[in-house]
Amino acid sequence: MPLDKTAQRDVPAISLRHVSKLFGGVHALDDVSFEVLPGEVHCLAGENGCGKSTLIKIITGVYTPEAGVEMAFAGQSVTSVTPNVARQNGIAVIWQDLALFPEMSVAENIAFETLLGNLPRLVSYRRLRARSAAILEMLGEDIDLDARLNTLPIAQRQIVAIARALISDAKLIFMDEPTASLTQSETDSLLGVVRKLAARGVAVVFVSHRLAEVLDIADRVTVLRDGKLVGIFEAEGMTQSRLTELMTGKTFGAEVAARDMTGAPAVLEVEGLSRHGEFEDVSLTVREGEVVGLTGLIGAGRSELGHALFGMTRPDAGTIRLSGRELHLRSNRDAVAEGIAYVSEDRLALGLVQPQAIADNIVLPILPRISRRTGLISPTEKAGRVEHWLRELSIKIGQPSDPVSTLSGGNQQRVVLAKWLATNPRVLILDSPTVGVDVGARAGIFRIIRDLAEKGLAILMISDEVPEVYFNADRVLHMAGGRIRGEYDPRKVTLKELEAAVYG
Amino acid sequence: MSRLVKRLRATYGDDVLGLVAFLLLVVIGFSLATPRFLSAANFDSMAFQLPVLGLLTLAMLAPIISGGLNLAIIFTANISGLTLAAILNYYGGVDAPFWAFVLGAGAALLVGAFFGFLMGAVIAYVGAHPILVSLAMMIFLRGLGEFLTRGGDISGFPDYLKPIGHGFILGVPVPLIIFAVVAFAMHVLLSHTRHGFSVYMIGSNIDATRYSGVHTQRTLTLIYTISGLLCAIAGILMLTRFNSVRVGHGEALLLVTVLACFLGGVDPFGGFGRVVPVVLALVILQVLSSGLNLLGANQHLSTAVWGLFLIAVMVLRFVVGRVRERFEKRRN
Amino acid sequence: MVKAFLRDYPTEARLLLVVLAIVLFLSLASDSFLTLVNFTSLLNNTAVNLIWAVGLLVVLIAGGIDISFAVAASVVQYVAVYVFEAMGGGNWAIGFIVAGALGIALGFVNATLIHHFRIITIVVTIATFNAFFGLLMFFTSGRFLYNLPDWWVDRIIIFERQTADGTWAELTLPVAVMAVCLGATWLLINRTTLGRQLFAFGDNPEGARRLGINIALMQFLAFGWMGMMAGIGGLMQVNIVQEVVPNALIGRELDVLAAVVLGGARLGGGRGSVLGCVLGVMIVALTQNGLNLMGVSPFAFKMVVGAIILIAISASNLSFARRVRPPVGGWK
Repeated sequence: MPLDKTAQRDVPAISLRHVSKLFGGVHALDDVSFEVLPGEVHCLAGENGCGKSTLIKIITGVYTPEAGVEMAFAGQSVTSVTPNVARQNGIAVIWQDLALFPEMSVAENIAFETLLGNLPRLVSYRRLRARSAAILEMLGEDIDLDARLNTLPIAQRQIVAIARALISDAKLIFMDEPTASLTQSETDSLLGVVRKLAARGVAVVFVSHRLAEVLDIADRVTVLRDGKLVGIFEAEGMTQSRLTELMTGKTFGAEVAARDMTGAPAVLEVEGLSRHGEFEDVSLTVREGEVVGLTGLIGAGRSELGHALFGMTRPDAGTIRLSGRELHLRSNRDAVAEGIAYVSEDRLALGLVQPQAIADNIVLPILPRISRRTGLISPTEKAGRVEHWLRELSIKIGQPSDPVSTLSGGNQQRVVLAKWLATNPRVLILDSPTVGVDVGARAGIFRIIRDLAEKGLAILMISDEVPEVYFNADRVLHMAGGRIRGEYDPRKVTLKELEAAVYG
Repeated sequence: MSRLVKRLRATYGDDVLGLVAFLLLVVIGFSLATPRFLSAANFDSMAFQLPVLGLLTLAMLAPIISGGLNLAIIFTANISGLTLAAILNYYGGVDAPFWAFVLGAGAALLVGAFFGFLMGAVIAYVGAHPILVSLAMMIFLRGLGEFLTRGGDISGFPDYLKPIGHGFILGVPVPLIIFAVVAFAMHVLLSHTRHGFSVYMIGSNIDATRYSGVHTQRTLTLIYTISGLLCAIAGILMLTRFNSVRVGHGEALLLVTVLACFLGGVDPFGGFGRVVPVVLALVILQVLSSGLNLLGANQHLSTAVWGLFLIAVMVLRFVVGRVRERFEKRRN
Repeated sequence: MVKAFLRDYPTEARLLLVVLAIVLFLSLASDSFLTLVNFTSLLNNTAVNLIWAVGLLVVLIAGGIDISFAVAASVVQYVAVYVFEAMGGGNWAIGFIVAGALGIALGFVNATLIHHFRIITIVVTIATFNAFFGLLMFFTSGRFLYNLPDWWVDRIIIFERQTADGTWAELTLPVAVMAVCLGATWLLINRTTLGRQLFAFGDNPEGARRLGINIALMQFLAFGWMGMMAGIGGLMQVNIVQEVVPNALIGRELDVLAAVVLGGARLGGGRGSVLGCVLGVMIVALTQNGLNLMGVSPFAFKMVVGAIILIAISASNLSFARRVRPPVGGWK
């Protein structure tokens, strides 16, 4: 299956010119060109709604582009693409949700293609396993072929998805946010696999929000904005801030916002907090009006610590104090009552009740406060609170009765903030507050966080993106292996030094 | 005219207006088909038949909104009725004093609530699937009832119970009054209270609701307890209506309650559904059944028509959705 | 081998332990339990339920649910009587073809509504349950049919042996048919490409669609298979009871559903096995059989069975509560 890298290097694995796509009169794509060379790792960058996924769907034959397009697979010009044509030309997509079958075996997942077809045939499990084993061996991965997929960690499932793409002799693989839920070491090994693929002449198109990773792995970057091509750039020499500018069309002043808050009274004091298998002997303090950044790789125990502080899990040892008083949280209801709020990193599943109204989501944590003693909800009280917070956080919506799912990621995150601010908290724990929020909308979220701190809220901001905490926190704590490893003052270290400490 | 329609649509929603329009259509159709349809006797008979099914449907509604189902409603009602019957019989059967009824009714309500509570607790705290839990509870209660009654009837109740099942107050049948009061209470509970609010949220996403500081387990337990309580009321009403209790009485109504809920626009996946359209759906089912009955068809044809009717409504919803989609695409 | 079984089939392994425990207990508690006569009669009595169980299994694996199959079996029985009459009697070969085809046709009605009108399966099958049952009762007026072809009601013994005390241990035709149905279903879901597609479709419908699995084929295969099993089960039921009663099978659907789900098939799709089905049905049957032998009142059977299912569900959810949380957004 490997192509001869030198011979075919100049003939693009795929090339498209003048791609346009209209949705109800709106240009989702407007005269875009795109090209990937064999053996190249190409990154497709842009904000949500820039046309990335439309482009992928056109290449894989899910959507039909407008007339005037020129397409070629491996130098062969094609007129129209269907999913079948795309598959036959060796184009495979690994979607973010992987499209795997958790209840089936690894071998079946990898070689599922051999199970397709509308006529029944007997399954040869021997051949199935042999083919899967060969692919895994080529990737240098050792995964039990008979294990049920849902017993594997996410990183290995990712490998299974890649193996499935390869079994159909893929020459061009699209990867949609493949590292979104991987730890750093898992990410590293995945990037290793991608390099291996590239060395075998497979072209890989990488879509990721994590710019550092993009610049690390990619040879070239295609940037889209509002359905238009901004340009194709060599990754060599590109910086994160330059890339952000290209994606958003705006310049962001990256200035350290840290202040000296040592004089302020402590609000949240944690001492010697431990929970077996999650975190060990964690001590930290968050003061009034202070933003404390807590960073570390995925799996360092950050989110687990957040859960314990919010009363979702019970620590085995240690104390949590709020303004000097020791708390014994039996559930997150106790935490909310004490004035602790927690913005989950999983907005879709845990942050908001997506199908329900915006207004209902905002008042969900404060139901007792908007109800009369009879348990009846006061409509005026409810409307008043909703209106207040929509205005306060300048959330742009149609109607408060619209489902939350109709909002953009950035606006949804504002709704999450609104619902927690409505509880009038003293401590706000933010777990990855910009996940799924466009680069352009992130600044707005951080501005809100900053304003809240100015008003005296104690904020613990958890994030695995080091620059995020570096630029927006007053102090940065580094967590690894369930322990706090160090404390940094952004004014006294450079971003490079901090990143070296965290990733090093 | 169009402004009025718009106002009505804004206040009551498309589903309610659609159901009302359909109800009118059915009523007009039957009135033309048979003169007996628009008679006081027919209205009374409908008004006496509707409440039992109505109460059971309300008992089904709340669990469905919470994302579950309660398949044990009929037998919970039976067991509750059995409790009342046993206590009445113990204190003399036909000659039982009124306080024995009060005691028995209280005990019946407690029994209904208890089994509801048990189901709710298993669903909420163990995390077992509501269909399974209520299915197992249904089989258990049916067995318990058959064990206690040896599969027979219990009858012979005091005369003062008659008015509850057959009497009028100010010209309105008593069962209908009971149903109206319960339906109103459920409407208030679901649409206007904290508890009801949480039920909708749980139905859409229980984890996110729990993360927002709502005591989801208590809410779920409570909703099944209330469901059991409503079953008990239905059970007591059945006793007074039929003047007997038999385990398995009303068994055929189980799936009809689900049908009424879906017809009333309740989301089978939970999170959405209101009392008003469900009551309208109930009225439609009752009108269909009574009208067909007057035309000489039997109960079984009504059952078939109910089923076909649900299919027709779902197919129509699908087709309307498709047409609307096309229309919007073209407009863009 | 044993390790792999425990890993891949944890539910089945636990159920096997439960079955062994029940068998052990009953063989100690009753002399007549561990006898050939008892076991053959147990098999004869569970044959029809097992045939339906594996049919339902296929639907559950594909992510659906079917409430209508027992009623569909009744419809098949009735229609088959008239078809045989029209054909001048018929024989077993014609019987299987007719019953299977009629069952498949009814299954396709469900599949059509589910696939072409995008209605969820529980709503569809509740509607078709009412429609099938209502129409059947309406057209038959609830009449029993006794005048059946001889070949249909003759007992066919496939195995017999006289035991020491002179009683005969016999296995009848339905057991053989059940074994074939079990084998065919096992072959379908474990050894054919379409069967594996069914698992994949139930497990992750969106992923299956993207990979190019034919969704319509999946729905029609699952409900067609269920329909075929319903028809064949209905055919066998008549062979056992030697009469056709239109409302005899109603209610059996929930018993079978409980047994299949007890056997590890997951509501929501993607998981389930023929072995689990057998064990689920067997636990229920063994319990009843044991209670019977121990002289417990038959009225208590269902109560105990219900309690056992309730406890089993709670227990299996407790030990897996950490790993198998309800999916985000509720249970369905």
